[in-house]
Amino acid sequence: MLLIHCPYCDATLPEAEFAYAGEAHISRPADPSALSDEEWRDYLFIRTNARGPHFERWRHIHGCGRFFNAVRDTVSDRFLMTYKAGEARPDLTVKEAAE
Amino acid sequence: MTTQRHDFDPTPFLVEELPWAPRFSLRVRPENRAALAGALGLELPTAVGQRSTAGGVEVLCLGPDEWTILAPDAAPLAAGSGAAYAQIPHSLVEISDREITLRLSGAQALTALTTGCPRDIDAMPVGQGARTLFDSATVILWRDDRQDFRMDVWRSFLPHVRALLDQVMVELKSGL
Repeated sequence: MLLIHCPYCDATLPEAEFAYAGEAHISRPADPSALSDEEWRDYLFIRTNARGPHFERWRHIHGCGRFFNAVRDTVSDRFLMTYKAGEARPDLTVKEAAE
Repeated sequence: MTTQRHDFDPTPFLVEELPWAPRFSLRVRPENRAALAGALGLELPTAVGQRSTAGGVEVLCLGPDEWTILAPDAAPLAAGSGAAYAQIPHSLVEISDREITLRLSGAQALTALTTGCPRDIDAMPVGQGARTLFDSATVILWRDDRQDFRMDVWRSFLPHVRALLDQVMVELKSGL
């Protein structure tokens, strides 16, 4: 079982307490009616499908109930880091240099 | 010759259903927490999992903006909430009938819980609590002592949880 660090509980807890909630950092267009069909399709359905570090949302549903963001490597299934919702997308090159 | 040894324990743990007690769910934004705590006369812990007890009222912090409150007398809490509502936006909801509390105690209470909870309960400090999972049911776990727990289970999940605990009881009694 994967262990996930919840940034709100500040604890590393089993995956069973969490729920996956799709890709992170996708903001809803301010005026959807002004978009073309292609732009609206891209917003709704087109995702990065990254091979490697993937920015995604998780929810600690059987715990504090909060949504947060995580960076997970889709090849190794390892969590690189987690951070609170609303925080800017972290720069992974800085993190690699620090390690 | 192979001999198999078992340590038979006639009462590995005890499950009790605690009597009905008033219970509340409190939601308030972190910036209003201190003001509301003063208005309600409660101590609202800030770290998830921490508890406070004052005057028979128990408070457990479930999330950054969520607390569950066990109060033997509901009236002062409701009055305090009503008086403060105009100045401090918050939500105080009575959830007394939503959950039923089981008390698990005895030498193997921790072992019994580990059969259903994925979380490392042994690492949970005594006097804390958390919302977690027991099999597929969301429960709130209160650790009162090393082998003394309270578990708040949503009432529709209770037959399932009790059946699992009965199964665990049989297995532990037979030394498995």
